[in-house]
Amino acid sequence: MSQPAIRISGLRKTYGSQLAVDDVSLEVAPGEIFGLVGPNGAGKTTTMECVEGIRTADRGTIAVLGLDPVRDVYALQERIGVQLQQAQLQKRIKVWEAVHLWASLYRKQPRIGDQLLDQLGLSDKRNAWFMTLSGGQKQRLFIALALINNPEVVFLDELTTGLDPQARRAIWELVRDIRARGRTVFLTTHLMEEAERLCDRVAIIEHGRLVDIGPPAELVDRHCPERDVVLMTEDANAAAGLERVPHLLSLERQGSRFTLHGTGEEFVSDVIACLSEQRIRVTEFRTLLPTLEDVFLKLTGHSIRD
Amino acid sequence: MRGLWQLTWLEIKIFIREPLGAIGSLIPVIAFILIGRIMPKDALPTPTALPATGGFTPGTVPVLVSLLIAISAVLSLVTIIAIYREGGILKRLRATPLRPATILSAHVLAKLLLTAVTIGLLFLAGKRYFVPGAGVPLTSFSVALFLSACSILSLGFVIASVVPTARFAQPVGALILYPMIGLSGLFVPVASYPPLLATVARALPLTYVVSLLLGIWRGEGWLAHTTDLAALAVTCVVGLVISSKLFRWE
Repeated sequence: MSQPAIRISGLRKTYGSQLAVDDVSLEVAPGEIFGLVGPNGAGKTTTMECVEGIRTADRGTIAVLGLDPVRDVYALQERIGVQLQQAQLQKRIKVWEAVHLWASLYRKQPRIGDQLLDQLGLSDKRNAWFMTLSGGQKQRLFIALALINNPEVVFLDELTTGLDPQARRAIWELVRDIRARGRTVFLTTHLMEEAERLCDRVAIIEHGRLVDIGPPAELVDRHCPERDVVLMTEDANAAAGLERVPHLLSLERQGSRFTLHGTGEEFVSDVIACLSEQRIRVTEFRTLLPTLEDVFLKLTGHSIRD
Repeated sequence: MRGLWQLTWLEIKIFIREPLGAIGSLIPVIAFILIGRIMPKDALPTPTALPATGGFTPGTVPVLVSLLIAISAVLSLVTIIAIYREGGILKRLRATPLRPATILSAHVLAKLLLTAVTIGLLFLAGKRYFVPGAGVPLTSFSVALFLSACSILSLGFVIASVVPTARFAQPVGALILYPMIGLSGLFVPVASYPPLLATVARALPLTYVVSLLLGIWRGEGWLAHTTDLAALAVTCVVGLVISSKLFRWE
């Protein structure tokens, strides 16, 4: 395997007596979208800001593109792009002024900023003051600023928080575009749906500790192998036939509606096979697959929204 | 200091876009011109008449005006920095190749330039409507004012480092800086204070600012004010050291 884009080992950070991050170790491969997921206050932002060189870790080592984020902070800044949680710009700075300033800070041509505004659909907002932008437009501007130096690793902290679903989806597309250009994306989110749809791999973090790490589908299989099949049938013998489905854990019946609760990847196929062998006619067939949300619930014992 | 000029120029533009930005800086000038136009010429005091009519020694009024403008500029700087910190703007700027010192220097430069413009216009207006005292050394006075502004600025940075939120920045700064004028010896010489008050006054940096500005306005030489200059230098250094230790970016 080539050198990881980010390597964190044994990271620990406290604020006074408050332990924010406790012994977190992980690696992010080049070219992947990696997500730190967990509830607010879990230590996601602290971890990310230690990696970006904005904060100093109490213990542990971090390497980003082989650089130490504290010692080599200025060399690192040239090669990474950063979007901070709840960041603002000057209220009355114009969009073009912001991208041109950023371009000059990284010794880039102003037209690179203009091109990014084009790509991110902000061209008609060039002369608008920052304070007049919508939430989605502000986030797109911050993405433009994060991309202006053509960074190898892009950090996105709670990028879609507070955006409506439509704007959120548009932002997801932009993040996938960043990956398509061969960049590495390291993001944090407390939205399980976002992590599941966007990330190649996620690390679940809670109370500053890493709970588990892996591709979303793999985490779901590992921790929540149970799945439900809901079907409707008028067949009088259905109950007896469905009892025999392999890997079935329980069967519930409400009139003509059956809920089969089973386990394992094969379970849905088993149900279909059984229906076809027994020639049971169904009028409805639905599967309920577990999500990352269920994984979180299982691993931490509570919902992420609590 | 990569980006210093770009950021300074940007901050000036942004300040002028504030509803009270440009107009606010011009209010003293406009007021001055209006008073000059309205007042009949013979009602205006001449510098030589000042001690007799106003009870102030020569130079009191221009020094007071300059001080008030410098302090209000510093207070506005303190407020802007507090707002930038609260909004996460300072943090965002710091996560770029901008060095922390560049970000703060840009603000200081922008404020110095705007203040210099205000005071310059005020002097021009004053020259037009109020007969200036003969032989006031304007160049030396400008230099003295610049040095004074630097030491007041370093006090401003100490205040900006410790105020918890932007809401407190203006009142806390005003509460610290304005009473210092009262004790500075501008209206009553420090020598005539009761001993305790005199000791307090000698511990306050503005006392030395006033002594320097009054002296230079009256045409005294720099050598007569080495104590004042030393006090300002100490204030500047101590202020910068304290604020560099206490300054919070977020």
